Amino acid sequence: MIPDIGLIALIIAFGLSVYATLLSVNGGMSKRLEWVASARNAIVALFSLLTISVLSVVYSLNALDFSQAYVADVSSRAMSPFLRITALWGGQQGSVLFWAWLMAGFVAVVVIRKWDADRELMPYVMFVAMLTTTFFVGVVVFITNPFTKMWLVPGAQDLVIAIFPPLNGQQYIPADGSGLNPLLRHFGMIGHPPTTYLGFTGFVIPFSFAIAALMKNDTSSDQWIRTVRRWTLVAWIFLSIGLILGGRWAYDVLGWGGFWGWDPVENAMLMPWLTGTAFLHSVMMTEKRGMLKKWNILLIILTYSLSLFGTFITRTGVIGSVHAFSKTALGPAFLIFISITFLGAMVLLMMRWNSLKAEHELESLFSREAAFVLQNMLFLAITIAVLWGTVFPLITELFTETKITVGPPYFKKVTGPMFLALITLMGITPMLAWRKQTLNKLLSRLAVPLAGASITAIAWALLNPKSPAISLFSIAMVAFVTLSILAEFWRGARIRMSTRGENPFTAFIKLVINNRRRFGGYIIHLGVVMIALGFIGDAFYKQETQGTLSAGKSLTIGEYSLRFDGLEGYMGSDGREIVEASTVLFKDGQQVKVLKPRRDYFVVQQQPVSIAGVYSTAGEDVYVLLVGWESISNQNTTFKIYVNPLINWVWIGGFVLALGVLIGTWSQARGRSEATYSLKNQPDEGAVVGTATAPGIGD
Amino acid sequence: MTKNRFLLLVLFTALVSLLITVKVYAQDPAPTPASATVPSDNDVNLVAKKLYCPVCPNTPLDVCETQACKDWRAQIRDQLASGWTEQEVMDYFVKQYGERVLAEPERGGFTSLVWMLPLLIVALGLVFVGVVLKSWRASRLSRPLVQPEPQTGISKQILDKIEAEIRNMD
Repeated sequence: MIPDIGLIALIIAFGLSVYATLLSVNGGMSKRLEWVASARNAIVALFSLLTISVLSVVYSLNALDFSQAYVADVSSRAMSPFLRITALWGGQQGSVLFWAWLMAGFVAVVVIRKWDADRELMPYVMFVAMLTTTFFVGVVVFITNPFTKMWLVPGAQDLVIAIFPPLNGQQYIPADGSGLNPLLRHFGMIGHPPTTYLGFTGFVIPFSFAIAALMKNDTSSDQWIRTVRRWTLVAWIFLSIGLILGGRWAYDVLGWGGFWGWDPVENAMLMPWLTGTAFLHSVMMTEKRGMLKKWNILLIILTYSLSLFGTFITRTGVIGSVHAFSKTALGPAFLIFISITFLGAMVLLMMRWNSLKAEHELESLFSREAAFVLQNMLFLAITIAVLWGTVFPLITELFTETKITVGPPYFKKVTGPMFLALITLMGITPMLAWRKQTLNKLLSRLAVPLAGASITAIAWALLNPKSPAISLFSIAMVAFVTLSILAEFWRGARIRMSTRGENPFTAFIKLVINNRRRFGGYIIHLGVVMIALGFIGDAFYKQETQGTLSAGKSLTIGEYSLRFDGLEGYMGSDGREIVEASTVLFKDGQQVKVLKPRRDYFVVQQQPVSIAGVYSTAGEDVYVLLVGWESISNQNTTFKIYVNPLINWVWIGGFVLALGVLIGTWSQARGRSEATYSLKNQPDEGAVVGTATAPGIGD
Repeated sequence: MTKNRFLLLVLFTALVSLLITVKVYAQDPAPTPASATVPSDNDVNLVAKKLYCPVCPNTPLDVCETQACKDWRAQIRDQLASGWTEQEVMDYFVKQYGERVLAEPERGGFTSLVWMLPLLIVALGLVFVGVVLKSWRASRLSRPLVQPEPQTGISKQILDKIEAEIRNMD
């Protein structure tokens, strides 16, 4: 009964999305407002219907309605109610429905919120957004429907999965489901998929606005680009959080002591993040200087196409093997849709090429504009290198019929230097003014951060004598960026202290509150260098050792040693057999923590999952894995220990980054306490042309 | 000495000292000694790290937990014990299971393309940046030096006042 309601709601939603797509563009072209209004109502209705559909799947998952093929696939009696609900995005059918629902949600929010602000553009925005939504809802209805049942057909070997009974078919209802993939039974699975999906789907809004502006040839006004920037920021922060939560999940669950493995699925998330980040910077050039309009639109098109490509990779498994591509209709459908989206958008951009002329020209190569162009080039080059490395195994397989692997060494060697260059630019660019900058002024501002960076690197080298040169340079650049940002805070606060007589604390708080966009941007940069610190630790200072111990013996790594005390086996929740080791970690001979690394074996799925024992400090993590044991004795138990320096800065940096976005986008509704000026004659916080020094965010 | 010269001097000193430190500490980690008769787990992992599991998707051999991978690690241990070098072990695995077992694609033949394209992209990117910046400069230089302000509606006086205020704010 409940699944039937969900299915019917889904089918009506598909009809409504086709209706809204056609009506919005026709209404826009023939200027029939009542058509456009009707399309809007259809969008709100279809979102409500998809909500019903999603809720019905959640209900079935929780109620263990195994007559549903999807429920039997990802839910099981042993799973807690919480895990049963997260199973909504634990399998293909559920996650594509969830995806379509989120996307419809974004579109509904835009048509409700932005109805009056962008009225001219809105019909076209609705058209583009609904075209994509229709595709996704269509995929849910026709290709990966979550409401299918299982049927026994005489003569057939496998169960037939279909909504309606096949000829002579008898419904099959298993007593229990297979349950969620054990690797997904983790706390991180609450946050990672929804935030990632919000990030991916969120990019549909900036894309729709950009394409609508091209369709309407309305690129001279800048209103749309401001809307686009704000929505990009929304999608971007979700994608950023999704990336960090995904890293945390990998670190906790995958048992290899790392958080980023350059896996195709990870790369698929990283690519739109890179182009989205490039856009968030280059859009400032358009806002402040009327430059880079075509480039911005190109970046939006790329970002959105790459998010579609990311979904394609994650949901079809095509990179793992070419053969996964044609197993279902999903692969071909996606590929055709991505091609149409990308090529259509590019053709439109070409057609409007001449109307997107820059309003200003470059005054000096020694300016923030030039630094931004360089920075954008680097972001795009990294994206292309990552894309190339990700699809290269596929290309090799197609052309030479050999399978190859492009593993982390490629990505580290190729993108590492470019990321380092970007971080260096991150320290210099905020010090450069728009238009032009005198060398003397730049030097005077860079002197202290550069000197501080050199001292940091020297101190670091003395403390870590085996550091490779490139790691010292990386550390120096992290210190340089941090100091140059702190110097900006200090400069601003000092002026307030001297001109207004505020105490340092008030000056600092008011400085940030009154320049939210600019200082929010700086805080995001601080978050990024913290994350960079984690990557530096991982790349250059990670240690590992493996050894087999008998009870009472120890394994040593650096200043740590691990004593093995014994093994214990017991049954855990969710149908897992647990083997847990008792160990004690010592640092310089002093006991620091009792660690219990364990191996959970999921009986039904026949899958082991390693849960590490971790001793975590701000400086480093000691990450202990139980690798192997003899079932009859305590004599030969193998452990692997990783020492992961600086890794916690990745998570701390993630929080700081999110905080920066919150500050930068915090509503300005309470009125502006201080006047700001913009030579482009628009209200814009932080747009102090000529002297503004920070790439800001949010509005 | 002017303030700027002094700053330049400070910067120069800082950079030189950084470079010297880098030079002093820039030695590569000592090469691992030739393995003793019984290779340790760490010796095995050092080789296995450079290989990918031939059966599981995207899993390095040193962390893969399947029985097949345990056997392969045992095989590496035997090979190292009988005196094979790291390269010989890797060559053996490539011969047995194909190029896909290498974590880092080879730099010869068809796979050299994977390394070449990023370099090409960066080179082209830099040229592109150069051309774009030059053309922006050119279009500025080709214009008459005196031109009406594009922002109409703001008089010169007001602009001057704004500029002055901005200067005071900084």
